[in-house]
Amino acid sequence: MPEISSYTVNFGPQHPAAHGVLRLVLEMDGEVVRHADPHIGLLHRATEKLAETKPFNQSIGYMDRLDYVSMMCNEHAYVLAIEKLLGIKPPERAQYIRVMFDEITRILNHLLWIGAHGLDVGAMTVFLYAFKEREELMDCYEAVSGARMHATYYRPGGVYRDLPERMPKYRESEFRNDKELKRMNADREGSMLDFIEAFCDRFVGTIEEIETLLTDNRIWKQRLVDVAVVSPERALQLGFTGPMLRGSGIEWDLRRKQPYEVYDRMDFDIPVGRTGDCYDRYLVRMEELRQSVRIIRQCIEWLRRNGGPVMLTDHKVVPPSREEMKDDMESLIHHFKLFTEGYCTPPGEVYASVEAPKGEFGAYIVSDGANKPYRLKLRAPGFAHMAAMDEMVRGHMLADVVTVMGTMDIVFGEVDR
Amino acid sequence: MARSPEKVLEQVRSALGEWIVDSRCEYGEAEVEVAPDNLYRTLEWLRDSELLAFDQLLDIAGVDYAAYGQDEWITDEATNTGFSRGVDGFSTGRLGLTGIYGVQPIETSTGRRFAAVYHLLSVRHNHRVRVRCFAADDDLPMLDSIVPLWAAANWQEREAFDLFGILFNGHPDLRRILTDYGFVGHPFRKDFPLIGNVEVRYDENRGRVVYEPVSIEPRVLVPRVIRDDNRYADPATQEASDA
Repeated sequence: MPEISSYTVNFGPQHPAAHGVLRLVLEMDGEVVRHADPHIGLLHRATEKLAETKPFNQSIGYMDRLDYVSMMCNEHAYVLAIEKLLGIKPPERAQYIRVMFDEITRILNHLLWIGAHGLDVGAMTVFLYAFKEREELMDCYEAVSGARMHATYYRPGGVYRDLPERMPKYRESEFRNDKELKRMNADREGSMLDFIEAFCDRFVGTIEEIETLLTDNRIWKQRLVDVAVVSPERALQLGFTGPMLRGSGIEWDLRRKQPYEVYDRMDFDIPVGRTGDCYDRYLVRMEELRQSVRIIRQCIEWLRRNGGPVMLTDHKVVPPSREEMKDDMESLIHHFKLFTEGYCTPPGEVYASVEAPKGEFGAYIVSDGANKPYRLKLRAPGFAHMAAMDEMVRGHMLADVVTVMGTMDIVFGEVDR
Repeated sequence: MARSPEKVLEQVRSALGEWIVDSRCEYGEAEVEVAPDNLYRTLEWLRDSELLAFDQLLDIAGVDYAAYGQDEWITDEATNTGFSRGVDGFSTGRLGLTGIYGVQPIETSTGRRFAAVYHLLSVRHNHRVRVRCFAADDDLPMLDSIVPLWAAANWQEREAFDLFGILFNGHPDLRRILTDYGFVGHPFRKDFPLIGNVEVRYDENRGRVVYEPVSIEPRVLVPRVIRDDNRYADPATQEASDA
């Protein structure tokens, strides 16, 4: 019988550990990966082309669907680019709300990441812990925008509406008794800010809990330490951003280095890894969760003390309120024009980026002065990370492929766009 | 940012004067344009120069300028018949397309249709620059591959090739990346219809997935409008036309 030196394994496109739809063609030598060829694009929806055929505001909803676990950060980059083109700046309160929701989004994203990463590597419990907390934050999304995930909350000129005065409560049901209902609504008696503050107080403990399950766990360490080491030089070469770059020991965070909105007034630390392996990237993200809580607390404090508008009143860009519209002819015209034709931007090209949970998410808009972008290019952090797949798994075992996928925090909505 | 975009632009210009075709600083962003012959060495210099040290390539964006500045409605004066319905007009998605609307030709000056835009970032010095390069030939757009400079360029060039058909000379593995296996055409070109050319369905008789021409009509919900808004007008040119 002839000896087979290498063989090919087809991983995906439908595989629970593929984090979506990824087809990975692996060339194996025994159990060692010699070469990995990711086939992406199975979730390609041509978001950028669709955006070229719609007025600017109608594409905000598409941004949610790119990286569908960090929805508002994607909106943020797109909205920032439009605002740069139009030369407008949202009111201060809207900027604080945006920063707060960016950090809520970061927690949402990192919770999904730790849940999925744990599940891939074999730690089931973390998943349940993480998803319980995610539920609370999604309620915040819902309270503020009406949608649990695809919020379309950020608009050019501010945010869609102010934070609600009361947090929605669970209602009576035959499936829960009064005692249970009272427990579930305990944090929901006050305003939304009270709810988020109560969450922050509790969540610090949850991070500790998750850490006790994983950080010193022997199996977790065996699976993560020294797997997929990326040197700082390679990380830059490969276009890594976000926790992937910081895990390799480069202190780079757009929130600090090129601050947008009110991040320059926030007090927070940037965690940095040392060895650039999967374990360091895990530690970096866990610390980011704590820092996010810190930022949210600062936002809550400011938002409590300061009121004000959350949207500009320039009706050439921002639609008038319904009340105004029914009172005033001019407002009616503005409303009609904005919702049929949209607004035109001055011609030009802009690039705006935010520190999304996965890395630098950027929107590059080419405008020729029309009511639609001439070309929209989205810079998705996951695309660059996925491109490094081959380099990161080469020489590792088949089981490590799953670890590497987990550590990259891949979501195919943004990779395939 | 540590260094202002004007400063970055000035440094690039003073070092690479003759390679730079055009440069501008708008919206607080530095942008330079280079000829395709100088693309590789410009980017190489930007990466290696101690002064600028662009150590990261963030993105390569392909752009098709075929329909730049074209709109679908006459907005200068209202007609006595009213405006047309959006669905009847030409649209950029129908450039070069034959159908009930006739053919809308692609009108561009040669060599100004396809461009690749490189977004560079210097982590060391904390500044950015954008480099644009128009491919010399519209029918066979070709640029030099920069994979030897940044490993990140590999997939980004594959994407620009897949979506715009820009060929990258010297790329190690120029395959399609986002579209389907066996896909025909380059979908982000302005002459590629938004609804696509083929649709797929499962054929029970043949027991496999079959490809057929699309059965839906292309339509435009909101027409593309360019308004000469006086708020955005350049005051200098405005005065010149008034005089």
